[in-house]
Amino acid sequence: MTPPSSAVPDEPDLGHVVVVGAGMVAHRFADQLCRRAGDRTFHLTVLGDEPWAPYDRVHLSDVFAGRADADLALDPAPWADPRVELITGDKVEALDREAQTVRTASGRVVPYDTLVLATGSWPWVPRTEGTDLPGVLGYRTLDDVGALRRWVAERSAVLGRPLRGAVVGGGVLGLEAAAALQTLDVAPTVVEFADRLMAVQLDAGGGEALRVLAEGLGMAVRTTTGATRVGAAEDGAVGSLDLSTGDVLPADVVVFSTGIRPRDRLARESGLAIAERGGVVVGPTCRTEDPAVWAVGECASYDGEAVGLVAPGNAMADVVADRLCGGDSVYEKAADGTKLKGVGVDAASFGDVLGLTPGALEVTFADPVARTYRKLVVSDDAQLLLGGVFVGDIALYSSLRPLLGRPLGADPSAFLAPEGGGPAPTELPDDVVLCSCSNVSVGTVREAVTEHGCRSVGEVKSCTRAGTVCGSCVPLLTTVVNRSLEQAGIAVSNAMCEHFAMPRAELYALVRSERLRTFTEVVSRHGTGRGCAVCRPVVASILSSLGIGHVLQPDQAPLQDTNDHLLANLQKDGTYSVVPRMAGGEVTPEKLIAFAEIARDFGLFTRITGAQRIAMFGARQDQLPAIWRRLVDAGFESGQAYGKSLRAVKTCVGQTWCRFGVQDSASMAIRLEMRYRGLRSPHKFKVGVSGCARECAEARGKDVGVIATEQGWNVYVGGNGGFTPRHAELLAEDLDDEALVRTVDRFLALYVRSADRLQRTARWVEAYPGGVAELRRVLVEDSQGIGAELDAEIARHVGGYVDEWRATLDDPEKLRRFTPYVNAPGQPDPDLSYVPERGQARPARAGEHGVPDLRAARSAAAAPDGSLDIEIVPPTREIQESTP
Amino acid sequence: MTADGTTPTRVCGLADLLPERGTGVLLGEHRIAVFRLADDRVLAVQQHDPYCGANVLSRGIVGDVAGAPTLTSPMYKQVWDLTTGACLDPVGKEPVDLRTYPVAVEGEDVLVAVTS
Repeated sequence: MTPPSSAVPDEPDLGHVVVVGAGMVAHRFADQLCRRAGDRTFHLTVLGDEPWAPYDRVHLSDVFAGRADADLALDPAPWADPRVELITGDKVEALDREAQTVRTASGRVVPYDTLVLATGSWPWVPRTEGTDLPGVLGYRTLDDVGALRRWVAERSAVLGRPLRGAVVGGGVLGLEAAAALQTLDVAPTVVEFADRLMAVQLDAGGGEALRVLAEGLGMAVRTTTGATRVGAAEDGAVGSLDLSTGDVLPADVVVFSTGIRPRDRLARESGLAIAERGGVVVGPTCRTEDPAVWAVGECASYDGEAVGLVAPGNAMADVVADRLCGGDSVYEKAADGTKLKGVGVDAASFGDVLGLTPGALEVTFADPVARTYRKLVVSDDAQLLLGGVFVGDIALYSSLRPLLGRPLGADPSAFLAPEGGGPAPTELPDDVVLCSCSNVSVGTVREAVTEHGCRSVGEVKSCTRAGTVCGSCVPLLTTVVNRSLEQAGIAVSNAMCEHFAMPRAELYALVRSERLRTFTEVVSRHGTGRGCAVCRPVVASILSSLGIGHVLQPDQAPLQDTNDHLLANLQKDGTYSVVPRMAGGEVTPEKLIAFAEIARDFGLFTRITGAQRIAMFGARQDQLPAIWRRLVDAGFESGQAYGKSLRAVKTCVGQTWCRFGVQDSASMAIRLEMRYRGLRSPHKFKVGVSGCARECAEARGKDVGVIATEQGWNVYVGGNGGFTPRHAELLAEDLDDEALVRTVDRFLALYVRSADRLQRTARWVEAYPGGVAELRRVLVEDSQGIGAELDAEIARHVGGYVDEWRATLDDPEKLRRFTPYVNAPGQPDPDLSYVPERGQARPARAGEHGVPDLRAARSAAAAPDGSLDIEIVPPTREIQESTP
Repeated sequence: MTADGTTPTRVCGLADLLPERGTGVLLGEHRIAVFRLADDRVLAVQQHDPYCGANVLSRGIVGDVAGAPTLTSPMYKQVWDLTTGACLDPVGKEPVDLRTYPVAVEGEDVLVAVTS
């Protein structure tokens, strides 16, 4: 029954290997076997019961946090290897060790020379009455996530109100499930039998700190409480949860997350030895008692224990792949570490969290105000690190975990001090495991640099796989890679690309001093060739910042990426978003009506952005001029949401309405937005203005944050949300309006001059020699005497501002670029596809059948049964004639 | 309507193309991205971006790598050789090459053909 593959000979070198289970560990095994086998042939069949290729189960909660399902995909390379066959959606039902075959639910019989069991585990649910009611769900697979979403949508439609939910089990997965419920607008109560949350990973102090944080997020927490019965509502679906305390929780959805058990049925039924607490018994080679059968991951029991984490599973997969290729590696239990993800609070621990090692000392730092809890467990002489617990602030987790069982190198309290973060860990020994998910040591990372020629963190990642699973080790990985590069005497090149050998700041200075005006001048004097997608937009930005070449000038057109070229933001399906300026988040009813009419007439998807504006999505290239003609006529101007420039100035309502406001923050925000609108910079930048110290505008998360005081304004710089959040640092205090504007002018002008390409202010301020203190001397005290120059650069920008969209609409030559097909003007992209959702239309996902016209899809959304062919609205003439 | 394109078909005049930028062309079922280089050579590849699945390649940035004209996807920044369609930088993915289309410039006319 096995389909013979032409690429594989009848007698492959390593035989026919069959893996039962297609989870992360099976993926790891396939990946490692392909890599380690080199040129040797083998035939690997991976059989999974889920309908998809192995995915990143560790990041399941990211599905709720906004990462699309596709982002959970693991590297597909192993499945493309001709020696590998992946069969999904077909569960293995029986194992015949005599005949060396497995049989699947569909009747497929697959023979093997080597069998690897990687069946993982199943969620254990206590024998509680009512667990079979509709609305009682699990939280472990993509299917579970889908079922949870569907149930919540259907049930809230039936009940006509937001749902109440209960999660039984306060472990890592239970808390992730509770957070997932919250994103679905369900108010969750977490019920935990033990006396604390994450009872396996945290000590009493850490559990308590986590409870406070979880409750702060709006989760109710009941510890030392069991679930005794699930009760039904009148219609037979779940309606309540009885607790051991006698209380009855109303619950419209109940998620059980009460632990996992090894999925060892196949092994059990085929007579293989099973451990007392479940799991196929394996030795240090991961082989079972049957020499042809191996077991890896959560279904395997080594030393009486089956581990429910991906890192040991990957280590086992490596051992088996190595052994099949003739190696002699053995599995060694590594230190467990656990990190809570996707919940909104951070908790992590490793090693001996309870201090059970004889003589162990515990050093604890708990800060009830900052809501952090940190504990280190060390040996009786305070030298060796034995464990750690971190709640609220887990920065130390990734840097200290590799030191487990090794000398800490400093007094433990030095690491725990409030602002310290501790001394940098001493030079790590080569054998320290840096990435436990992929089991990569510090030595392997160093070799990647010294032996294999890797020159960046990205190259080291793809060479070693370090940092590619949970990502928590990436900061440490970066440090080790950079230090190795330095030690190897490899200058980290600061060339922008192959066309320019200098970084952006140097090029900026050259263009400025030589008054160069075009890309051709710049590249012929200081570069080579015709540029690329890296340097062209940089030159365009520099010319624009200097007021030499406007972004709209014809000779700049070939330099702009599509966003700046079409003055809109490219979306995933090739259409664009349209975001007009709404300075201060203010918009009059008249403009709001005009805006709404435009969105309705073009069928655009509308939403309020995080920057206090309204965005319209789904505008086609050819529609942009017609949309903007109407917006400009209604008094709107471009919001530069597409540019590496000022995005928006976020503000609170301030003194105007708020009873706490001490300054007119809204007026100041509008003044700043009108001042810096359209200013091209090394990267986008955001500004916030708060009317009092309550900081409702979240200004300290912005590149420039302004916070009102009784005396005036405090200005903070270098804040960032994004990938590495950072609070802005105080630059100057109690400024009056004019001093504030001058300080921000100078900060931005210096940033534009000297930052690197795509370097946000957060990283620029961090890297600025002397830090904020030196910036203060340069900008506020004018220690270098460049203040007037910086002021003049901003003044020139303010004087030269024109609305990019108004200027474009006035120029027939510029409008040509909006024609999608030069030989068929007026013909839109035929491959667009939209489906209705929640009263609007969105791009169809893979497998969905949509219609190419956004308006038609939106009209269908308004139809009672949501079907697609109810009413196809023909586009109006006005829209067809969108471009002249 | 446009012809099926198996014989070279005039799609536009050279002056309709902005130097070092692209435009879309429809020839039968083919969605094509046509680029005019700084030296007025005209090259054509598929409009469909194999990495993001959208018809956006005509909106990418034109440049060069070691002298060969290149195109960068506006979506995820993969880079291809515009002459051969070869993928030069897959940005961490598997390289996928682009289909190219023969182009002729006759006087002021730009002609594109679809060869099977």
